[in-house]
Amino acid sequence: MRNTFAVSASPHLHDKAGVASVMWQVAIALTPALIVSVVLFGYRALTLTMLGIVAAVITEALIQKLRRVEVCITDGSAVVTGMLVAFNLNVASPWWLPVVGSVFAIAIGKQVFGGLGHNPMNPALLARAFMVASWPTLMTAGFTPTKFGSINGLSEAVKAQLPDAITGATPLTVAKALRDTTQVSHDVAVNVINNLADANVISDLFWGNVGGVFGEVSAAALLLGAAWLAYKHIIGWRIPISYIGTVFVLVWAFGGVDGMFSASVFLPLFHIFAGGLILGAFFMATDMVTSPVTKNGRIWFGIGCGLLTVVIRLVGGYPEGVSYSILLMNIFVPLIDRWTMPKPFGEVKA
Amino acid sequence: MKTFPGGVHPHDFKHFSKQAGIETPPLPGKVAIPLSQHIGAPAKPVVKKGDEVLAGQLIAEAGGFVSIPMHASISGKVTRIGPFAHPGGAILPAIEITGDGEDNWVDLPEDPDWQSLDAAEIKKRIAAAGVCGMGGAGFPTHVKLSPPADKPIDTVILNGVECEPYLTSDYRVMLERSEDILAGLRLIMKALDAKRGYIGIEANKPDAIKQMRTLVKSEPNIKVVGLKLKYPQGAEKQLIYACTKRKVPNKGGLPMAVGVVVQNVGTAVAVYEAVRWRKPLVQRVITVTGSVVKTPKNFNARVGTLYSHLLEHAGGATADIGKVISGGPMMGFAISTLDTPMAKTSSGIVIMGIKEAQKDTEYTCLRCGRCVDICPLNLVPSMIARNVRYEDWDAADKAGCMDCMKCGGCAYVCPSHIKLIQWIDIGKNKIGQLRREAADKTKEKQG
Repeated sequence: MRNTFAVSASPHLHDKAGVASVMWQVAIALTPALIVSVVLFGYRALTLTMLGIVAAVITEALIQKLRRVEVCITDGSAVVTGMLVAFNLNVASPWWLPVVGSVFAIAIGKQVFGGLGHNPMNPALLARAFMVASWPTLMTAGFTPTKFGSINGLSEAVKAQLPDAITGATPLTVAKALRDTTQVSHDVAVNVINNLADANVISDLFWGNVGGVFGEVSAAALLLGAAWLAYKHIIGWRIPISYIGTVFVLVWAFGGVDGMFSASVFLPLFHIFAGGLILGAFFMATDMVTSPVTKNGRIWFGIGCGLLTVVIRLVGGYPEGVSYSILLMNIFVPLIDRWTMPKPFGEVKA
Repeated sequence: MKTFPGGVHPHDFKHFSKQAGIETPPLPGKVAIPLSQHIGAPAKPVVKKGDEVLAGQLIAEAGGFVSIPMHASISGKVTRIGPFAHPGGAILPAIEITGDGEDNWVDLPEDPDWQSLDAAEIKKRIAAAGVCGMGGAGFPTHVKLSPPADKPIDTVILNGVECEPYLTSDYRVMLERSEDILAGLRLIMKALDAKRGYIGIEANKPDAIKQMRTLVKSEPNIKVVGLKLKYPQGAEKQLIYACTKRKVPNKGGLPMAVGVVVQNVGTAVAVYEAVRWRKPLVQRVITVTGSVVKTPKNFNARVGTLYSHLLEHAGGATADIGKVISGGPMMGFAISTLDTPMAKTSSGIVIMGIKEAQKDTEYTCLRCGRCVDICPLNLVPSMIARNVRYEDWDAADKAGCMDCMKCGGCAYVCPSHIKLIQWIDIGKNKIGQLRREAADKTKEKQG
């Protein structure tokens, strides 16, 4: 019998979950959305995603070698970043775009800060912001309809009322244009906004039968993955629910063009399922490294994201505001953590 | 089912030993009785090397009010008084007795009037018998039973939760000595003049809950509380909250601040024996278990028995031993030798194989917040650990380092395998030292 025993601090039991299992579960949870995007837009969606993943993993390995730290590409975190970068692209993007995006995400978004756990902002979102600034046309225009023929779910009769420039635009671009009185008359705006809140449009948005960046079009597939992560206790309810809840309330209140609460109560559903909100709320705002650790902090973080998203979508210059709002809130995380330190059990004033 | 906020769900591993009835192992050839088995001043030896002693004889007297006396657990000769391996992992003074194999006891006559004693006499007998909390911390029982006059106690809670995985000693005591537990509870309630008594038992011991419930049926002021299976359900503050919804204040607050005293079920049995027979606490039930123990046991063993003796009579190890844990796996101590004696607080030893004992590599914090989600004291463990790592003692103190009870739930769930409890422990030691230094300085100034 051996006479040397391991001596260590308690506890001597450990939960099975490790860093790698957490990251790989996220990759698994993103797979339904990838499959749906292949169905909707063809194999190019898969090719772009693979390019993003490979570029992310190679960059991670190279930089870890350069930094003379342990190469830990098997932990799955670079794979997730690569997937999320590619998910933000138009399926018609050139092959080098996901590569450049992933290299930027890993090198500038993550490794310069010290690698996993140290980055202040979500690397994939940072890469998206970089790509939008560098190649605005590639990133925000030229979206094609899905294989089932739909680009924004609106019927031909409704489209006929719109200026030609936006009839073939993605749902959020249409919604943006409706708030611009120089493009669309007041009556048309009211009418089309009501049509956006129509069951057919929302159903197309939910299942993903609309044009847009290929990873975020299908709310259903993303929600399936999110349910898996919630079941595995990898994401909590606080950030997604407070984020989406805030968007719901604010769009309901300010989404109409005739003052407060003039829009249909279904318009918030349009804003929730359109664009990147589901992907952002469940997979990016919940990024553990860049969100608050305190329970109340996570709720404030979600509310902040929701507020900024609605401000950008309804008032700001861009049709979509999810990525910028999460990036901006990422910056506030240290402050939010400090302001929301929980009260210890049985707190007494000293 | 009642519980507390937060907590974790480790697998309970109680199947190894829960069926094993309490057994008395063969008398050990020698015992080593540590002088510190409790919180407070160490006991002072009243015997010297070469003295003959009887089982139950006083060998060390209490070192102060917050202290307990020690008694010989076997008859024989004192062969050494000096440093010895301690179940807490350190090397501390102990009295070694080499047995004569006869097991001669001091006289322990029954007191026929034991049920009609007054509070003062009950407390006197408990103190004389050297009873301390047998759940792990070892706070002297007579001190807990003597609260200041401005802190009246209305509730006594017996802790039969046994939330540590693997351990089954309290469970077996509840099944096999339930009437003695009840007698002990009545005595404790009488000593404190408490109106209400609770016996808290976790849901994974339904037979113990049922048996204790049947027993207290005719007792209007005693209630058995079934508690949700969750760690650390048996931590004092969490148990009090689950039973009474009262919150013990932080920053060193004690249960008496909310009118409650908690005692382990094993302690209740010791109290009963101390009062009825004036029997000193020299034996207790201890679980010997783990995946590599041949026949896991619940032993009624003499205090001071070496772990090696207990393991031998549990059939020995079936494979190489990787780790020996004195106590449970969540809060127990990994010890380096089996020649360590059991104390009055030893509820079990857990023997792990090589694979189970392997160390996990520590990764950087992912800020996932799992430690925050589960902390039963509502602290931010990752933040305390980070402040300790960067030696920012003030920030660590502010983040609640001293409030932590070291239940280990945070380190259990941490996906980065950060040794949170180790960091927090370093912080506790350093902050304690700084506080003492600051107090000394103020004293100097005043003096």
